[in-house]
Amino acid sequence: MSSPATAPADVEWIEGAAVIVDPTGLHARPAVKLTKLAKTFAAAVEVRPDDAAAPWVNAKSPNAVMKMKAAHGAPLHIRAAGDDAADAVAALTALVERNFDA
Amino acid sequence: MPDAALAAGAAEAGTSAAGEAGSGVFRGTPVCGSVAIGPLVVVGPAAARKRKATGDPAAEADALRTAIAAALAALEEALAAEDDLAGEILEFQAALLEDDDLTGPAFTAIADGAPADRAWTVALAAEIDAYRADGDPVLSARGDDLADLSARVLSHLTGTADPAADVPRGAIVAAAEMTPSAFLALSAAGVAGIATTGGSPTSHVAILAKARGVPLVVGLNALPAASPGPAGAAILDAAAGTLHTAPDAAALAVARARSAEAATAAEAAAARATQPAVTRDGAEVKVMVNIDDPAILDTLDPAICDGVGLTRTEFLFQHGAPDEEAQLAFYTRLIAWADGRPVTIRTLDAGGDKPLPGITVDGEANPFLGVRGVRLSLARPELTRVQLRALARAAATSPVPLKVMVPMVTVPAELEAMRALLTAEVDALAAARIAHAAPILGTMVEVPAAALTAARFDAAFYSIGSNDLVQYATAAARDNAAVAPLADPANPAVLELIGRTVAAGKARGVEVSLCGDMASTPALAAALLATGLRVFSAAPAEVAAVKDAIRSAAAGPAA
Repeated sequence: MSSPATAPADVEWIEGAAVIVDPTGLHARPAVKLTKLAKTFAAAVEVRPDDAAAPWVNAKSPNAVMKMKAAHGAPLHIRAAGDDAADAVAALTALVERNFDA
Repeated sequence: MPDAALAAGAAEAGTSAAGEAGSGVFRGTPVCGSVAIGPLVVVGPAAARKRKATGDPAAEADALRTAIAAALAALEEALAAEDDLAGEILEFQAALLEDDDLTGPAFTAIADGAPADRAWTVALAAEIDAYRADGDPVLSARGDDLADLSARVLSHLTGTADPAADVPRGAIVAAAEMTPSAFLALSAAGVAGIATTGGSPTSHVAILAKARGVPLVVGLNALPAASPGPAGAAILDAAAGTLHTAPDAAALAVARARSAEAATAAEAAAARATQPAVTRDGAEVKVMVNIDDPAILDTLDPAICDGVGLTRTEFLFQHGAPDEEAQLAFYTRLIAWADGRPVTIRTLDAGGDKPLPGITVDGEANPFLGVRGVRLSLARPELTRVQLRALARAAATSPVPLKVMVPMVTVPAELEAMRALLTAEVDALAAARIAHAAPILGTMVEVPAAALTAARFDAAFYSIGSNDLVQYATAAARDNAAVAPLADPANPAVLELIGRTVAAGKARGVEVSLCGDMASTPALAAALLATGLRVFSAAPAEVAAVKDAIRSAAAGPAA
């Protein structure tokens, strides 16, 4: 479909992380906000919880983000690849840091 | 119905009328409403309409894309019309419809030759099972959202526009399961009542039914048989939790009389409810309402009360901590609804009997004596700050000062710690030039220590929370049948604690109200008036009865 779940292996990922302060972790409303913001970028954007073994999931998919069960108090890792990757990482990191504008 | 695809089918299924199905009484759990009479429509799981596949993958993919777009358009239309509660449920569903990762597998299956309806149902069923697999209640609820979504798109694919399409106005609907969207459609279609074999009194559908005044019975022991033929009348007694199919003329006459009686009594009480409550000896008593759920604002007439004495905010935190804007939206809506009457909002009162996943402390040996109410608010200042900011911003829209009260306060230092947080947020709003006003800060009196030392609190008002005050004074839990008789609100010790709080308020010149169940109990009105109490805050449904009890009581010289 239109938004790639994963970018080709040789692309350069720009990474960032921000701590989820919402005590219930990443739930429906925040997940929808995060994916809506991610969709505004052309870059492939992925997130994963603070567990190096967990797979990266497409940050543009509310279903994938919802199922990921990112816990509060731990960093959410964000990476992007593509022309506006740096902007995407900065914007998503800022959104998490602002506690999804709560 | 454990199978997700079947559950989806139930919501989408065709309808059929039960006429010759024979007389029978089905029993379930009452949720809300009284007696409703109307033609019975059984929405069965087996009647899912068949769709003829084109056999052309490109045409099938187009059909699914069109159905998704139509479902999204319908959702967005519904979103605009719904209140906050329903809107939150629908908003997540709308986002999922635009999730290419979620819909992708269905299109892949279509490219491999599967018909659109089957590809969609199978793809969604896998996701629904994944959500429900690990038993997490929050993720399970999201699974219900996906099941609802699956049914929405399927109904557009198969051309069954919506489950309400064939249901006449005034019908009694019986179904196996009911999704929130199916409920909203039926409610809009003007059904007289709903009975389901599945469901629970705490489901999304139950909350919506209470808010919209749709009689609802859940957990019916069986689904009435559906048979072709003219729809026969059925009696849904939502107060008793029964569904009586094909009743005889005598049963119908009794039900009609009861229904009319209930309507007349409700009308008469409603007419009196808007009149002030004045005791036999002329003392004016304020009767305010407790607000538990924003949905009630749609149906409740503010003219029946002298303001809002308690707004519980826990519902805002059911699905995680709400953001500031979501809180602000509810608080300002409440203030607008009150139309100039004073509004009291309680800061988050979680813990004890009100655990909130991810917010309250798990594993306490005795949660009622643990981190709850203000203790939790001070332990989680990041949550409290957001709420106080939203309250201060909402206060700017209030024509009278917004009252904010703090639950479970034991010593004055706790109230002062909350005041410091509130002051800091008010200052920050001022610095950022954001519209706000400083709310006035009161304390709840639920802990006997606070009742005995009430005069030492620098509170702008006192609000007695009698449920906790009774259980802490009698050391007996109401929900423990073995000791429940001890948890007696009429115990003289309880009335003494209330009387002392009223006296402290009088000495300090500030208002004292009572917002626990005692204020909603007509039989206790006289005893409360005797303590000197002149402000009651009752459940909306009890306001009329409490006012009547106050009118027939004497306030005595204590006033």
